[in-house]
Amino acid sequence: MKFFRLVWANLRRKKVRTTLTIGSFLVALFLFGLLAAVRMGFRGGADAAGADRLNVINRVSLILPLPFSYRDRLLRLPGIRAVTHATWFGGVYKDERNFFQQIAVDKDTWFDVYSDYSLTAEARAAFLRDRQACVVGRSLADRFGFKAGDRIPLQGTIWPGNWEFNVAGIFEGRRPDADTSGMYFRSDYLEERRAFGKGTVGWYVVQLVNLDDGLRVSRAIDDLFANSPFETLTQTEKAFAASFVKQMGNIELLIMSIGAVVFLTLLLVTGNTMAIAVRERYGELAVLKTVGFSGLRVFGLILAEAVLIAGQGGLVGLAMAKAVIPGLSRALPMLGALYVSPLTFGAGFLLALGIGVVAALLPAIGAMRLRVVDALRRV
Amino acid sequence: MVRIDGKGNGSCLVCVRNLDKTYTRAGEDIHVLQALNLEVEAGDFVAFMGPSGSGKTTLLNLLGGLDLPTSGSIVVAGDEITRMSAGKLTSWRARHVGFIFQLYNLIPVLTAFQNVELPLLLTKLSKAERRKHVETVLAVVGLTDRMGHYPRQLSGGQEQRVAIARAIVADPTFLLCDEPTGDLDRKAADEIMEIIGRLVKEYGKTVLMVTHDPRVAERAGVVLHLDKGVLVEAAGGRA
Repeated sequence: MKFFRLVWANLRRKKVRTTLTIGSFLVALFLFGLLAAVRMGFRGGADAAGADRLNVINRVSLILPLPFSYRDRLLRLPGIRAVTHATWFGGVYKDERNFFQQIAVDKDTWFDVYSDYSLTAEARAAFLRDRQACVVGRSLADRFGFKAGDRIPLQGTIWPGNWEFNVAGIFEGRRPDADTSGMYFRSDYLEERRAFGKGTVGWYVVQLVNLDDGLRVSRAIDDLFANSPFETLTQTEKAFAASFVKQMGNIELLIMSIGAVVFLTLLLVTGNTMAIAVRERYGELAVLKTVGFSGLRVFGLILAEAVLIAGQGGLVGLAMAKAVIPGLSRALPMLGALYVSPLTFGAGFLLALGIGVVAALLPAIGAMRLRVVDALRRV
Repeated sequence: MVRIDGKGNGSCLVCVRNLDKTYTRAGEDIHVLQALNLEVEAGDFVAFMGPSGSGKTTLLNLLGGLDLPTSGSIVVAGDEITRMSAGKLTSWRARHVGFIFQLYNLIPVLTAFQNVELPLLLTKLSKAERRKHVETVLAVVGLTDRMGHYPRQLSGGQEQRVAIARAIVADPTFLLCDEPTGDLDRKAADEIMEIIGRLVKEYGKTVLMVTHDPRVAERAGVVLHLDKGVLVEAAGGRA
């Protein structure tokens, strides 16, 4: 701690340069925070997906349905605790730009299988009571100002016509990264009104008795319906969520590539800055060694400077990203639930410190090996 | 008693035996110091004079453990520094040597107080103890009222006084001064030499100083001349 003043004083030597270097870290880590949040949003909650759930879709395509009759056959398979189902609705609320997902779900089982969402007893009772009821996620409610008792009109696209829903309540995510940007309504209402597709569902969600039984149960399900007109593809919910993302292209690779380029540039810029900063001070470093500072201590002082620069810029950048993400999430709801998790924050901070250390490594080694006699001659 | 004949009785504080320093430049050996012997006792004030390139600064660097000789030995207060590893030499330097340079070599981003405190950061002294030491030596060099000033806010003479305070704050075994007045006007140079003289007389410090200036050398108890790497002449009555 007694050396902190020396490190701090050196950072203040060239204020503009230090500020710009800190600024580089700030911008890079701000971008890192944004990209990480967007990546998480694109993964459609894959990271938060239930480990005890399998999704059963039509083997040919996700957009093709499965018979409603499969439900009972699924329930009879060993290793399955519960079965629920969902169907994509694809309605338009006032304007196509107001996109949000609407999914018809089984009123009795959906929220039991998806215990990641919380719904008040009152809202759940209202949902069960009214065939036209729907529940909306917290971020969707905040986006359009929906509240219990409101009426939501949707223009059907897959199933044409004007559809109206009564908001029974608002569901919350039990985890901060849970996606609450959508709406669930009752499948019996859809079944009653739709002109085609009756007796089918979009996909099934199966809850396992035993977490380790996923592979066996998946095979059992797909074997059960093999050679039928509606063969199935059963996969973990994580893989299911990831397949949604893949439909939009390899977003993850794109995001990772952008991040890698940004950090590589940051590494080069910081490395150059530290090299200049150390080279300018060879004489002073020699004086430190003359009065008894060991090479290792000088090495540590240089690294400490770099870490301090990286740490300050990184912290502020990540904090700024965390601050703007909620607004961005509201402005771009199609990106899903954007969120800077504590893990992302910590990883970003460590990454910044790591880059600081790596960038300062060569100059610090040079300073450590500096021969006092040679350096004093240059003063 | 300063001797350069290598026939002392071994009671010296700084004992140099058959010291050689040779540099190789463009394939050619340059003998900077040759078979140099020197014995300095505690409390001596020795000035080294000689033309440029005679090896004065090289000798000072070797005595201060900043450089290693080609052959020969240097023993300071019983420690043979020519056999020490680089790491050991660094900690030895911190305990035993105070350096004063021609261009002061203060850290510009630190105040006078902080510059003087630097060697003490390597000790186990508490913050309060460090403060006390720093204030004491700044009082010795007459800069109590300037301890919060940065080097750029001080005159050359004042900067050198800060450098002297930094050199003595850890109470080293001896001081090495490389042209301490070389960058100062006559008045400031006199003030600096007055302080160095007081360190010898009042505080019993041992001082080894390189200078070009005969008037400055006069202040020393012993003046030695280096020519082409050999101590050829002693003056001042005691050598």
